[in-house]
Amino acid sequence: MRRVLLVLGLAFLWAPVLLLAGYAFSDSRVPFEWGGFSLRWFTALANNARILDAAWLSLRIGAAAASLATLLGMALGWVLARHGPFAGRPVFGALAGAPLVLPEVVTGLSLLLLFVGLQALTGWPAQRGAVTVWLAHSALGMAYVAVLVQARLAGLDPALEEAAADLGASPFAVFRTVTLPLIAPSLAAGWLLAFTLSLDDVVLASFVSGPGATTLPVYLFSQLRLGMTPEANALAAVFLVVGAVLSAIAWVFRRRAG
Amino acid sequence: MTLLALESVTKRFGAVAALDALSLEIGAGEFFALLGGSGSGKSTLLRAVAGFELPDAGRVLLRGQDISRQPPPARDVAMMFQSYALFPHLSVADNIAYGLRRAGEGRAAIAARVAELVALLALGGMEARRPRQLSGGQQQRVALARALARRPSLILLDEPLAALDSGLRERTGLELRALQRRLGASFVMVTHDQAEALALADRVAVLEQGRIAQVASPRELYDRPATRSVARFLGAANVLEAGTLPLGAEVAAPAYALRPERIRLVDALPAINGTPATVADLAFRGGDALLLAQVAGGPLLRVVLPAGAALPEAGAAILLAWDAAALAPLAA
Amino acid sequence: MTRGVAWLALLALVAAPLAIVIGMSFSTPDAGVPPVVPPLGRAGWQGSWDSWALIFADTFYLDTLLRSLRLAAVTAGLCLLLGFAMALGIASARPAWQPALLALVLLPFWTGFVLRLTAWVGLLRDHGWINAMLLRLGVIAEPLPLLYSDGALLAGMVHSYLPFAVLPLAAALARRDLAVEEAAADLGARPMTVFLTVTLPLAAPAAAAAFLLVFIPAAGEVVIPEMLGAPDSMLIGRAIWGEFFQTRDWPTAAALSTALLALLLVPIALYQRLSVLK
Repeated sequence: MRRVLLVLGLAFLWAPVLLLAGYAFSDSRVPFEWGGFSLRWFTALANNARILDAAWLSLRIGAAAASLATLLGMALGWVLARHGPFAGRPVFGALAGAPLVLPEVVTGLSLLLLFVGLQALTGWPAQRGAVTVWLAHSALGMAYVAVLVQARLAGLDPALEEAAADLGASPFAVFRTVTLPLIAPSLAAGWLLAFTLSLDDVVLASFVSGPGATTLPVYLFSQLRLGMTPEANALAAVFLVVGAVLSAIAWVFRRRAG
Repeated sequence: MTLLALESVTKRFGAVAALDALSLEIGAGEFFALLGGSGSGKSTLLRAVAGFELPDAGRVLLRGQDISRQPPPARDVAMMFQSYALFPHLSVADNIAYGLRRAGEGRAAIAARVAELVALLALGGMEARRPRQLSGGQQQRVALARALARRPSLILLDEPLAALDSGLRERTGLELRALQRRLGASFVMVTHDQAEALALADRVAVLEQGRIAQVASPRELYDRPATRSVARFLGAANVLEAGTLPLGAEVAAPAYALRPERIRLVDALPAINGTPATVADLAFRGGDALLLAQVAGGPLLRVVLPAGAALPEAGAAILLAWDAAALAPLAA
Repeated sequence: MTRGVAWLALLALVAAPLAIVIGMSFSTPDAGVPPVVPPLGRAGWQGSWDSWALIFADTFYLDTLLRSLRLAAVTAGLCLLLGFAMALGIASARPAWQPALLALVLLPFWTGFVLRLTAWVGLLRDHGWINAMLLRLGVIAEPLPLLYSDGALLAGMVHSYLPFAVLPLAAALARRDLAVEEAAADLGARPMTVFLTVTLPLAAPAAAAAFLLVFIPAAGEVVIPEMLGAPDSMLIGRAIWGEFFQTRDWPTAAALSTALLALLLVPIALYQRLSVLK
C-alpha cells in the first residue's frame, strides 16, 4: 500500500516531465506530436541568441545572489544558533523566517517599492535591472541558508570550539579552523539551494527587473504564454540531464564524505 | 610545591551557587580527582580552571600567578573533554598538531612532537585516519595526545573514562595513571565514579553543593570519611548515630561510619560494639555476600560477608560485632 | 558585529519593504500612473483609506481572497495526503534506497518551474497529448476542454508544491523511533491501529508544518493560475499582479498585499512556531 502510493506519486511527478523531455527528440514542429527522431530542436536552441543571453544572465545573477545569500544567511544562522535569548530575538526569528513562506507577489511588490523609494530618496538604484534582481534573490536565498546553517550549528558539539580555544586558538582561529570547515557542507548546500531558487524565479524578477535585464524564467514565461515551440522541450531535456548529472555528483560526494 | 590554587572561588548560575567560596590547592606532579554527584560543581570547577567559566568572586592561581581573567587560549592548561571533542574534519596527526600550529611552531618541530606522542600513546599507523574511523579507546588516546602536545603545566580530564565500554575502562584507567607517573605530569580529573577516583588518584576531593566536603588520599577517605554524606557516597558505609547502639569509640562524635565489610557474624555478643539483629535480606554476589540486618528498634545495617562464610537463613536471628577501630567518627 | 550585520540585512531586505507596502496601501490611488510621491518618509504617508474602501466596497476582492485561500487549502490538503503517503513509502524503504528515492522526488524540478508548467499545457490543451491519445483510441470524438480549468490549475499546483510536503515529512518519518510502533504492535494493536494511534499522532507536528509550508505561498500563487487556470476565476495573486502591472494602481496592489499578509499572519506564526527558526 505504502509502496503503491509512492510509485503513483512519483509517476505523477515524472510523467509530464518525461513527456516534455521525450518530445524534444521529435521532428515535428508541433510540441507533443511525434514526427520521427530528430535533434533539430537542440540545434535551434543552440542558435537561439535570446534564450542563451537570458540563460547567461540568469546564471550570473544566480551565482552572485547565491554568494551574497550564503554570506548573509551564515550571519543570520549564526545569530539564531549562538546569540541566545537577546532582546528582540522573537522579531529577529520571525523576520529571518519570513522570506521562506511569504507569497512571492508580496515579497516581489515589497522589494520593488523599496527600490523605488530608495531611488526617489538617494538616486540609487538609478534603474532597475540585474542589480535589483540580485538583491531580491539574495533576500530570498539568505533565509534558506540561515535555516541550514542554524540547524548545523545547533547540532555541533559545543566542546569542539572550546577544545580549539583550550588549545590556544584565538576566536578568529577557532572560527577559521574548526567552525567554518564543519559548517561548510551546509554552506555549500545553502549556496546551491539559493542558486536554484534564483534560476527558477519568475515573480520576484518580474517585479524588480527593468528593461534589458530579462532572466531566463521571465523570458520563457513571456514567450510560452503566447504559445510554445519544441525548443522549450529541448531546453527541458537539457536541464533534466544537467540536474541528473549534478545530483549524481552530489551523491558521490556525500557517499565519500559520509 | 603548589601548582594550582583556588582561593574562595564562587560561581553562581542564577540563584544556584555551583561553586561556593571554594578553596583548594593541588601540587605539581599530582594526580588529583574531583569526585561528586551531578550538580556538585565538579565540572564547573574544571571549566573555571580551563577558563570557560569566569568566577564571580575569588581567584584561580597557576604557579602563583592569577589567571582568573585570562581567556582559555592564554592559559597553560589543556583539557580532555568528556566527548573527546576530536575535530572530525582533521586527521589524527592534525588533531594532535592543532595546538602546536596555533602556537606557531615550525613544521619540523610539530612533526617531531606528533611522532613522539603517536609513539607514546601507541597510535602508530593511524596518523592519517579521521576520528570516526577509530575505536573508543583510540579516540581517547588521541584526545590525550592532543592535550599533552604543548606540554601544558596542567592537564584537566573531564570524565576521561565515561565514554568507554565498561570492559575497557579499568585497563585504560591504569594506563592513564602509568602515563601520568612516567611523564611526571599534573592531572586533575573529574569523575562521578568513586571506584575510579580511589583507584587512580593520589588525592581526592569530594564535592557537595559547590563546596569541598573532604580532601584526602583514597585510603584515608575510605577509612576515615569526614561526614555522613562522604561516608554514604564512598562505598555505602553504615552511618551509626551516636546513642542508637552501644559504641566504644575513642572520640565522641555525633555519628560514626562503619564499613559493611568490617562487621562480623559472632557467636557471643560483646558488651559494646555489637548488636543482635535479624536477617532482613540476603544476596550472594559471587565474590562476597550482602546481608541486610535489621536491628530491633535500630538501624538497618549493611553487612558484607566473605564468600566462604556460612550464610544464615533469611529471618534468622544473628549476632553482629565489630572492632572499635573500625568506627570512623563523623563531623557532620 | 555579526548581529549588527544580520539585523541590517533583515531590516533592509525584509522589514523595511513590508513596512513600505503597508504604508503604500494608504496612498492615494491614481489609476494608470505610478505614485509620484516616494513611499518613504513622512511625505510618503498620505493617510488615504481610498484603496481599503475600494477593496471592502467591492465583493470582487473579498471573493478573490476567499477563493485563493480555498485553493491554497485544497492544494495543501492534497499535497499533505499524497506527500504523507510518499514520505511513509520513502521512510520505510531500505536506508540505502532513501537518498535515491528523495532524489527521484526532486529531480523533475530541475526542468524549471516555467517549463514544468508548459508540460502541463502541452498535455492538457485541446490538441495536446492527452486529447490526441484519447482521440486516437476512439474514447472521445471531440477534444475535451481540459486546460484553463480548476482541474488543470489544481494539477499544476499539486505538481509544483508536492516536494515541499514530501521532504519535511520524509525527514520526520525517517527520524521516528520504530521501537514505539513495535511496542504498540506487541501490545496487540493491528497495523492500521498502530498507524492511527502511534505513527500519525507522532507525525502531527511535521504534517502541520508541511501543510502550512504549502498553504502559505500557495495562497498568493500567480504563475500557475496564469498558465493553467480559468481566466475568469480570479485569485489574489493575479489580482495584485494585475493591479500592479496592468491597472498600474500601486496603492491598491499594496492594500491587497497587506490584506493577504494579514490573513496569513496566523498561519505564518503557526508555521514559525513549528519550524526550526524559533
